[in-house]
Amino acid sequence: MCLAVPAKILEINGDLAKADFGGLVREVNVMLVNAKVGDYVLVHAGYAIQVINEKEAEETLMLWKEILELKDNNLQIKMMRC
Amino acid sequence: MFWGKFFRNPQLAREVVKRIREIAPKKDHVKICHVCGTHEWTISHYGIRSLLPENVEVIAGPGCPVCIVPAAEIDEAIELALKGISITCFGDVIRVPGSKMSLLDAKAKGADVRVVYSVMDAVKMARKEPDKEFVFFAIGFETTAPSTAVELLKKPPKNLSFLISHRLIPPAMELMLGIGDLQIDAFIAPGHVSTIIGLEPYEIFPKAYRMPTVVAGFEPLDVLVAIYMILKQIKNGISILENEYKRAVTWRGNLRAKAQMNKAFKVVGGFWRGLGRIPDSALSLREEFLEYDAHEKFNVRILSGRDIPPGCQCHLVIIGKIKPTECPLFMRACTPQNPVGSCMVGIEGTCRIWASEFNGRRI
Repeated sequence: MCLAVPAKILEINGDLAKADFGGLVREVNVMLVNAKVGDYVLVHAGYAIQVINEKEAEETLMLWKEILELKDNNLQIKMMRC
Repeated sequence: MFWGKFFRNPQLAREVVKRIREIAPKKDHVKICHVCGTHEWTISHYGIRSLLPENVEVIAGPGCPVCIVPAAEIDEAIELALKGISITCFGDVIRVPGSKMSLLDAKAKGADVRVVYSVMDAVKMARKEPDKEFVFFAIGFETTAPSTAVELLKKPPKNLSFLISHRLIPPAMELMLGIGDLQIDAFIAPGHVSTIIGLEPYEIFPKAYRMPTVVAGFEPLDVLVAIYMILKQIKNGISILENEYKRAVTWRGNLRAKAQMNKAFKVVGGFWRGLGRIPDSALSLREEFLEYDAHEKFNVRILSGRDIPPGCQCHLVIIGKIKPTECPLFMRACTPQNPVGSCMVGIEGTCRIWASEFNGRRI
C-alpha cells in the first residue's frame, strides 16, 4: 500500500498530469506537489506525493561514498540511466 | 526507475556488505526493526538477510496498512455492502478477513464491491451514477491519507461517503519500544511515509529512547547502506536520526500534503489488528466533514470483531516477534490463495511476501 512508483511528468493540466511510468502513460493528480513537466515524481495510489530531487539522486553515490568513507578510486561505479 | 542499475550495483553492494561485516559487533545481538511492507519486500526479494552477520537481525514491524485494519472496520464495510451500498476499496482490502467474511465473500453474495486504484476513481464512479450510494473505504498510512484529504476538501458528490481507517506510523513505532521482550536496538524508518511527514516526527526515537533511526529508500543498496549507518552509530555509541533517502525525504516533508491532511482530519486513538488500541494513531474526519462520514450517514458502528482467527499468529508476525515460518498455519492452512490471517493478504504483508519470495518454502 505504501508502494510508490516513480514516473516522469509529460504534461500538466490543472491538478492532473500525464505521467510516464517507464512506457505506460496514465493520469496522476499532482495537487500535492509542486511539479513541472520533465520532473520525476513518486506516485502513490494515483497521486504524486513527492518530486524526486534529481540533484540529490545524482549525488546519492557521493552520499554513500561519504557514509562508507570510501575514496573515489576505491570504486568505479558509473551512473547508468536505464 | 532511472539509475536503477546504479541503485542495484552488485560491486557496490559487495563493498557495503563487507563494511557491514567489518563494523558489526562481534558478539552482541543487534535487532533492527523496519516498519514498511515495501522494505520487507526489498529485504526478502534481494536476500538481504542472508548477507548480514548472524548476530544482525532485521525484523518487520507493523508496516502493512492492509494487515492492521481491525476486523470491526472490515465488518462495517461488509455491513454497508450487504445493505446495498456500493463499496469502493483498494485491491488488497477486498480479501482481508472480517469477523465472519471478507468483502470478496460479500461480493460473492451479490454485494456491489468495486476495486479502485485511487480515491479519484471512487469520486468518478459516484458522479457517473448519482442515484447510487457509494462508500470509499479509506485505509492506509500517511502516504495515502493526503489523497483522501484532497478529495474531501474538494467537496465530493453527496452520494459518496467515507469509512476512514487511516493510521499513523510513529505512534506504532513507539508502541513497539514498549514491548519489553522485543528488545529493538534501532529503526529503519519508512521512506514513503517520510516523504509526507518528513524526518521531524522520528526525532523522539534517538532523543528519548536512544534508538538509532535511519530513514531509508527502497532499492537494495538503500537498505544495505541504512543498515551500515545504524551499525556505525551503534559502534560509535551514538543515537541520531539520519536520512539515507535524501532524494525524496526532507526534514519537514510534504507541507502541502500535511496541510490537506490537517484540514480534513483530526488525530484520534485507533485500533490496530493484533496490536490493540494505540493513542493518537488514527485519523478521523473533522466536524465540518461529518456529512461524508459513512458511520453517521448509515448509522453503522461496530466496536469489536474477531481480529485473529484460531491458530493464526498474525499478532506476533506484525510486531516481528516470530517469523511467518514459525506460524503453524503458514503455507499449510494459510496460503496467498486462501489466507487465514491478514498478513497473508496484502502484498505488503510479511507472510504474503515470504510466501511469494521463498516460493512457500518453510525456511
